This record gives sequence, structure tokens and C-alpha cells, in this order.
Amino acid sequence: MFQPLEPGSGPRVRVFLDDTPVDLPEGANLAAALLTAGFSPFRTTPVSGAPRLPFCMMGVCFDCLIEIDGIPNRQACLEQVRAGMRLRRQSGAANLEAAE
Amino acid sequence: MIDLAIIGAGPAGLAAAIEARALGLRVTLYDEQPGPGGQIYRDITRPRSDRSAAILGPDYLAGRPLAKAFLASGAGYQPRATVWRIAEDGLSFTAPEGGGDQAAARVLVATGAMERPFAVPGWTLPGVMTAGAAQIMLKTTGTAADGAVFVGTGPLLYLVACQYLDAGMTIAAILDTTTKGALLGAASHLPGALRRPGMLMKGLRMLRRLRRSGVPFHRGVTDVAFEGDQALSAVRWTSGGTAHRLECAHAFLHHGVIPNANMTMAARASHHWDKAQAAWVVDRDAEGRSSLPWLFVAGDGGGIAGAKAAALSGRIAARAIARDLDRGAPDSARLLRDYAAEVAIRPFLDRLYRPAPAFLAPQDDRTVICRCEEVTRGDLARAMQEGCPGPNQFKAFCRAGMGPCQGRMCGPTVVSIMSEISGRSPEDIGYYRIRMPVKPVTLAEVAGLPTERVDGRN
Ligand SMILES: Cc1cc2nc3c(=O)[nH]c(=O)nc-3n(C[C@H](O)[C@H](O)[C@H](O)COP(=O)(O)OP(=O)(O)OC[C@H]3O[C@@H](n4cnc5c(N)ncnc54)[C@H](O)[C@@H]3O)c2cc1C
Ligand code: FES
Repeated sequence: MFQPLEPGSGPRVRVFLDDTPVDLPEGANLAAALLTAGFSPFRTTPVSGAPRLPFCMMGVCFDCLIEIDGIPNRQACLEQVRAGMRLRRQSGAANLEAAE
Repeated sequence: MIDLAIIGAGPAGLAAAIEARALGLRVTLYDEQPGPGGQIYRDITRPRSDRSAAILGPDYLAGRPLAKAFLASGAGYQPRATVWRIAEDGLSFTAPEGGGDQAAARVLVATGAMERPFAVPGWTLPGVMTAGAAQIMLKTTGTAADGAVFVGTGPLLYLVACQYLDAGMTIAAILDTTTKGALLGAASHLPGALRRPGMLMKGLRMLRRLRRSGVPFHRGVTDVAFEGDQALSAVRWTSGGTAHRLECAHAFLHHGVIPNANMTMAARASHHWDKAQAAWVVDRDAEGRSSLPWLFVAGDGGGIAGAKAAALSGRIAARAIARDLDRGAPDSARLLRDYAAEVAIRPFLDRLYRPAPAFLAPQDDRTVICRCEEVTRGDLARAMQEGCPGPNQFKAFCRAGMGPCQGRMCGPTVVSIMSEISGRSPEDIGYYRIRMPVKPVTLAEVAGLPTERVDGRN
């Protein structure tokens, strides 16, 4: 488990993970905040349905793809936490080709 | 129309923008991160506690004045902007508030490096990530995971492990894959390394610290494999002639960094196989000119040389661009000398930390080499038996390289395996033909529409 080294002092805002409300630090890197909140997996793969979590955290591996506010295939490691975000786990079937 | 569009807000791009502004050029810098800094200085402008600053250390904090000078330079800045096309006429980008095109006389690619793919059985399991990713967790959210195993070789692996110790984290083990012959091979490059004794000492200090920390430190590690059903549960390896197994929930991998060359490849600039760095690298002259007159390259994206060299190469490129555009610039002799001194240690580091052949070209047929399409080493070996001659044909055989990462995570491994099996050189084998868009974009994004919903909820 990733854990904060220091108690967070900044404001937290409410987001929805597969419809469940969760409070995350506002403006934080979305992938890092979700990993720390224990959100797992981020997605399952289109080929075998295997679970995945962020691997590179810098935008090159695409293992952090999630649905944000109805738009699939967003790279969570390049996003920031905003109030009211609706986040959904992507299951294998989500059409990755749409993003090519 | 601006004079210069820069892609990448790491030390190379930031230094280039500052220099170009000082020379009177109209400049805009694009980066997909929310703030300046690139990989080494990720999230550098965020205020942080003394403790966090102490953990990340002076080499990280050195990015503060650079980021500040950039923000005060008068250069245009588009954070959260992903550039997906570059060409003679400028570039195209997507951004949350809507993307677009920017006409520019010159384009400077400063897109930096990525960690070399580390294809071993189980490396796709949740819980396995790169050491750089673990460091990004520290830099961006100040979070860390207890009981992790660090696997691989190279300065960044040792640096992140030391930062973990400074943060008071327990490390389950360090599995060092540096090859036994590496030190001997690197010894001949020692004279160059001694031109920067400070860097050499820093490396030695980190290693000594790790060895004395009480963390189990295994050397000469081979045959690494990760186990787990839905997530990582254990790592297996061989060292000292025996097989080992250790339960763990987190593993951080690192086998050095290689240039992120997709953009220069898609632009059709010429590239060469760099034997020492075992990677495809764009051809550039001492001032950063590529084979295309409108395209310049600075920083680790044009060959791994480190953050200080990246900043120097950014300034050098900015001056060359100003001269190209008849705007005049001071002579770069001094900067070029500093650059040469800075990179003198590289041949030593490249040799010492080059991953073992069995890691570059994994031997176990079950190893997933393409994370996106879950193509294995066995699939590649079979395709070759059936006559698949090169990386592009392999794409057609089993979609490797056709997923959203566009070959970034499998390309280097595919080239190494093909070279090993066929006995042909990597130069001869080539690489995937990379095309624009350099990152996946939707039709809406191509049309410049916003990617973030603005519907009053925020
Ligand atoms: C994860 C990671 C961590 C590292 N940590 C350290 C460290 O702690 N110490 C150290 O000495 N070295 C570190 N390095 C080595 C690093 O490569 C160099 O030290 C330095 O960051 C290189 O600077 P640069 O300016 O060339 O590129 P970078 O600093 O890598 O900056 C490149 C920038 O380009 C942006 N970019 C890339 N593609 C696009 C695109 N299509 N559109 C828009 N923007 C784009 C990226 O978001 C990034 O901000 C690290 C490398 C990696 C990969
Ligand atoms: S974690 Fe690799 S792209 Fe986001």
C-alpha cells in the first residue's frame, strides 16, 4: 500500500469511483491519489482481462487508462484531481481502438 | 507564427526557452504535465515541507531556480498539452480546454527519456512498477510503500532506494542485476569518468549507504520473475548460484533510461542504433540540429546525458536556432566545452549499467513483451519461424506495437529478441515505423475540442 509520509494538510474534494464517493487531495496527480486510496485495478486488459495498475507514472505505458466523466482511455497519470470527477474502471471490452 | 515551439518542460526545454527569450525569439513551450520540471524536477513548483525537500535532496531542488526563471522569461507556456504532430509548419496539440495548431519556424523536441522496458515474467502484475514511477509517487503526492523490492541496475535505482531510506521506509531487498563483467568492462572508461569525480563519488556513496543499511543486497541477480494471481505476491530470482523466492506486494524495476524517440521517428528524422546505450537515438549535430532543417533536439530525448547536460544542450540549441533565423547569438564554444565535460562520464556509466543480454532479450517464452496486446516472447519466436522478417511485419502477425503505447513498451525488446534469434544486428533489423499522431488522439481532439467536460459540476 502506498501511504502518505506526512499528514495531508491541503483541501480534499469529493470524486466518484464507480459511483462510490471518495475524498482525494485537490489538484493531486490522479493516478497517485487513486493508488494511495487503494483503487485497484485501474483497468483490465482487452486481450485476457488481466488486471493492471499504473506502471510508469509518466505517460508512456498506458496501463493507467480509466474513464473520466464519461470519456474513456484517459491517462490517469497525466490528470489532476478535480471536484466532482466521475471515474470508472475500464474493463477489457472498452474499445481501445477508439483511442488510436 | 512564432519563431520556436518547444516540446518538453524538463531541464532541456526550460533552459532552451529561457535562452531563446533572452535572444529575443518568440517562443511557446508545450508539456503534457501540469507544471514545469520534466522527469527529474517533477512537480518542482509545488510548495513542500522541509522533510519532503530533504528526502528528495539538493539535485532535485536545483530545479527550482530553473523553473522560476522559465516562468519569468516571457515564453508562452501550454501545460497539460500533449503534442501529437510536429512538421515543418509547426505542431498540433490537445489540451483540456481545447487543443489546436501552432505555426512555428523551428521546432525543438525536448521530450526526454523513459525507463527501458524490463520484460520479465509477471512484470505486468499490479504491484510491479518502475523505480521512476515510485519516485514520481514521492515527488507528486509524498507517498511511499513499505516492504518493496528494488530490482535492476543504474543510478536512478540506487537514488530512489536511498530516498526511500531517507523517508524511513523499510525495503525488503535490493536485487542488483549489474553484470559481473560490467565493472571490468567499464574500467577502461574510468579516465573519462574521473573528469567528473563528484558524480562518481555520489554514486559510490549511494551504493555504500545501501550496502550498510542492513537491507538485504543481492548481487549478480539473474532470472527475475514475478508471481501473483490478481496482484504481485512474490519475486523469484537466482543469485550466488542459488534460486531465491521472497514474498512482496511491491516491486520497483529499473534498467536505465533510453530516449523517448517516437516523436523524432514520426517526423522521419534520421536515427542510429547507439551500441553503448543499446537504443535507437536521433542523429543530431553538436548544436542539436537533426537531419531535418526545421527540427532540433535537446536533452535526453537525443541520447542519455543527464539533467545538467540536458540544460546545456537546450541553451546550445536555442542559440543555434537564433543564428539560423538570422537573429544572432553569442558563440557557444564555452557551453560546448561544459557539455563535453558533463558527458565525459557517460561511456563509463553506459558500460557499467548496461543490462545483461538475457534481460534485453528475455529467454523465457512466457514473458509478455508487448504489455498492450499481451504478446509474448514465444509469439515472437514463432512468428520468426514462420518467416516474419522484421518489427513492422511482426505488428501484422500479432498486433505487437499497435496498442495505445505505440510500441514504446515493446519496441526495444522486440528489436533485441529479433537480433538475438536471427543473429542480425539491431541496425539491420530497424524499428517500428512510427507515425503521427505520436500519442493516441480522438477525432474530437483532432478537431481541437476540449477533452475535459465543463458542465457546471466543478
Ligand atoms: C521517471 C524518471 C525519473 C527520473 N529521475 C531522475 C532523477 O531523480 N535524477 C536524475 O539525475 N535523473 C533522473 N531521470 C533522468 C532524466 O532523463 C534526466 O535527468 C532529465 O530529466 C532529462 O531532462 P530532459 O529535459 O531531457 O527531459 P525530461 O525531464 O524527461 O522532460 C521531458 C518532458 O517532455 C514532456 N513530453 C514528452 N512527450 C510529450 C508530448 N508528446 N507532448 C507534450 N509533452 C511531452 C514530458 O511530459 C516531460 O515533462 C529520470 C528519468 C525518468 C524517466
Ligand atoms: S502509468 Fe504509464 S501511462 Fe500512466
